[in-house]
Amino acid sequence: MRVKSMKKSKQSDVAQKIVSIAENDVYLKIKKKKAPELNMPLRALSNVKYDPKEGFFELLGKMKERTLTASTIKTFAQTLRMMAHAKGIIESDDITTKREMYYISKNWAEAAFTEQPESDTVMDDMEAMMMVNREQLGFIPEEKGGEIAGKLIVIDRDPDTGKEIRIDCTKFGSGAYSIPITVEHLKFETNAKFILAIETAGMFQRLLKHNYWKKANCILASMGGVPTRACRRFLRRLSDDKKLPVYVFADGDPYAYFNIYRTLKVGSGNAAHINEYFCVPEAKFLGVTPQDIIDYKLPSHPLKDIDIKRGKDAIKNDPFVRHYKEWQKAINQMMQMKVRAEQQALAKWGLNYVMDEYLPKKLNKPDTWLP
Amino acid sequence: MAEETPIALELAKRQREISIASFFEKNRHLLGFDNPRKALLTSIKEAVDNSLDACEEGSFLPEVSVEVIDMQNDRFKVIIEDNGPGIVKKQIPNIFAKLLYGSKFFKLSQSRGQQGIGISASVLYAQLTTGKPARITSKIGEKYPAHYYELHIDTQKNSPEIIKEEVIEWNKEHGTRIELDLEGSYQKGDQSIDQYLKQTAIVNPHVTIIYTNPKAEQIIFPRATEVMPRKPVEIKPHPHGVEIGRLLSMLKFTESRTLQSFLTSEFSRVGPGTAKQICGNAALLPNTKPVDITREMAEKLVQGIEKTKIIAPPTDCISPIGEDLLEKGLRKEINAEFYCAVTRPPEVYRGNPFIVEAGLAYGGQQSAEEGTRLLRYANRVPLLYQQGACAVTRSVINTAWRNYGLSQSKGALPIGPVTLVVHIASVWVPFTSESKEAIAHYPEIIKEIKLALQECGRKLASYVNKKRKIQYESKKRDYIQMFIPHIGEALKELINLKENEEKTVEKLLAEILEKKRGKLEQIEAENMEYDEDFAKIGKTEYEEEENEGEEHEKE
Repeated sequence: MRVKSMKKSKQSDVAQKIVSIAENDVYLKIKKKKAPELNMPLRALSNVKYDPKEGFFELLGKMKERTLTASTIKTFAQTLRMMAHAKGIIESDDITTKREMYYISKNWAEAAFTEQPESDTVMDDMEAMMMVNREQLGFIPEEKGGEIAGKLIVIDRDPDTGKEIRIDCTKFGSGAYSIPITVEHLKFETNAKFILAIETAGMFQRLLKHNYWKKANCILASMGGVPTRACRRFLRRLSDDKKLPVYVFADGDPYAYFNIYRTLKVGSGNAAHINEYFCVPEAKFLGVTPQDIIDYKLPSHPLKDIDIKRGKDAIKNDPFVRHYKEWQKAINQMMQMKVRAEQQALAKWGLNYVMDEYLPKKLNKPDTWLP
Repeated sequence: MAEETPIALELAKRQREISIASFFEKNRHLLGFDNPRKALLTSIKEAVDNSLDACEEGSFLPEVSVEVIDMQNDRFKVIIEDNGPGIVKKQIPNIFAKLLYGSKFFKLSQSRGQQGIGISASVLYAQLTTGKPARITSKIGEKYPAHYYELHIDTQKNSPEIIKEEVIEWNKEHGTRIELDLEGSYQKGDQSIDQYLKQTAIVNPHVTIIYTNPKAEQIIFPRATEVMPRKPVEIKPHPHGVEIGRLLSMLKFTESRTLQSFLTSEFSRVGPGTAKQICGNAALLPNTKPVDITREMAEKLVQGIEKTKIIAPPTDCISPIGEDLLEKGLRKEINAEFYCAVTRPPEVYRGNPFIVEAGLAYGGQQSAEEGTRLLRYANRVPLLYQQGACAVTRSVINTAWRNYGLSQSKGALPIGPVTLVVHIASVWVPFTSESKEAIAHYPEIIKEIKLALQECGRKLASYVNKKRKIQYESKKRDYIQMFIPHIGEALKELINLKENEEKTVEKLLAEILEKKRGKLEQIEAENMEYDEDFAKIGKTEYEEEENEGEEHEKE
């Protein structure tokens, strides 16, 4: 396992990098009467490879170019303008949320973003182009990072005094510790045996209510759907630091398998440039597997069209799935069963069935997991 | 019953020869005198056509003056004067006051008049509506006297009735002048005198027309070139396509003594060998006397001709307007953005050589929602009536204009900002009627017109495509250029450019863009030849005027 801490460029270095790109790739080119261009890695599943030794989706060499063409000029101008904004906030030690960035662009007349996903894309491209993460550029996300409960002490710092703060995650009662947006400075103390990463807040609540963490000597993490970067980075750092395995407990459907689990474990095509830091290669998929639906006689729903499409796409295009026969088998099995099941379907056998029967059984039988 | 005289004897008393003049007296519509408006136009048209033919035959650059004077109560005085070769004294009464008299019917050459009916029909019409005689003045040379005639037509005998004749002083080297009083109605618009004269000027650039309209406004259409069109060559008829009636009358009038010499001397492309072949195919002896040939034998002769392979008629006898002049004419009349014209190689129908020419003006100030405007010409004469019945219209409708970027419903003219011109030149233009308003539907002619139109259509389509490409490219450039200031602005913030450096960046970017995408082609050239005043001539001044004069043509 490779333990890697994120490269920490100094803020001023990042600002220097922005200026150097603007100067060399754009300004000097223009002075030489050459078309300026910005090149950045193509962020897509088609441009990643999966090597289990590395443990995450790595970028291949495909690049995309933005220059003076009708199809790229707008994003070219927008990227430059966003670079100019980033330089400004870095120099004044300020931050801008992704949503704020979208609104700031409204000053740019015809170069304004129509919808926030456009500005998020340009932001991700900037990260990829400069190989930094957006926080280093002064941009922060809006979304919350997930919740933690159980046998863990998080050591943070007081923003004003810089004094250490010890946060005991067993002391939140029926509530939980909220993962902050940046987690790089956190330190951990724990004697738990594993981390259980849970897809839904509902299941997290059920396990919390009955202090499952105490019984199983573990840390519970609620991802609330697709885990945010902060959540992925938090789990990665925790798992690396304390050598803890991460077990994922999610719904039994293609979305949970590939959008949630695969992203947590190896990253995504879209964020390929930062997967190295924002993935948890040691994670294992505990359930709900297609076989679980049969073994535990779970109530199920028919697969939706989108589920079928996701399944087929995964087999065809997802380097991760193409690497693991187990996953191919599981997906083909699901396609044949034509059904999916939610993790809460376990409630059919009684509210505590999940804690008393399902999880212990699954934890004892690693051969029922998926890689 | 038996005592009574047979009814046939009674009827026989009323049966007698009908003079051609009294026939047309009753059927004036056949000659284009259906209503007062058309009658006024037809009278002028016949006189002008004759004048132009005469001038060209005499190799004089035509200068024709047309004067229309409103005499009130729907009466008009029409005066047409030319600088042609004039008419010898003896022939003046016959030419103007005898129907079916003239030279053009008996020969095959490209001329405006064909039958020898037109001008005498105008005289007849004037006589019928006002009772006044036609006044003719003609002079054949400087040293000759000018003869003045006042003529009526004796409709019973179809012969001229001379009311007055004298020698007068006429301050002109040579030429002919005709003055008619007739009932008519004057209107502007599509089928007006103004329009007719203008369209005549468009395709006859060697002609000067001085026109004084009933409002006493003078409009001059000056000649655009001193070069006369090539003089049409007279040819003999080609055996293919000759009809039995024509053959019979040719046999009757020929001076040849034998069938073989008749065939070689009266027809083109027939030598002794071919003549013998024809005779053989017709099972007639080559030395048969033409006068002895009966109807039955003539029919055999027609069949014999059909069986015989004969070289196509000569085609150098036709003088087209030419692609350049046709396009030039369009440019003067229509402010469009694209023009093209096509002259087809000569073709033959029924033994008659002919040439089709077509021109097209696209876009500019023309309305995109209206049907295509169609200008038809036959031997340089504009055809203003009976558009629906004309082979030209049929050909335009049968051409698939959608292939060339115009919209078109089934069985209709295309819709779009287009003016089409079609000209047919032939030694014998086949009209559907004596009034010479529509061209008959010969498949050979329709095919040629369609080929000419398709050629224009292809040129149009390639222009439209090119224009679309350029517009698309120009749109793209505008789009890219829109973002150049943003690049300047961003660079200013990123690397602290000064105001003037920022401006330089923007200037350089514009240059790079131009270099990268190539020079944007300019396609819409301004039409320098467009003449706004000229274009206005013949257009309606008031909406209601046009509606009043609206004519519904039905077959």
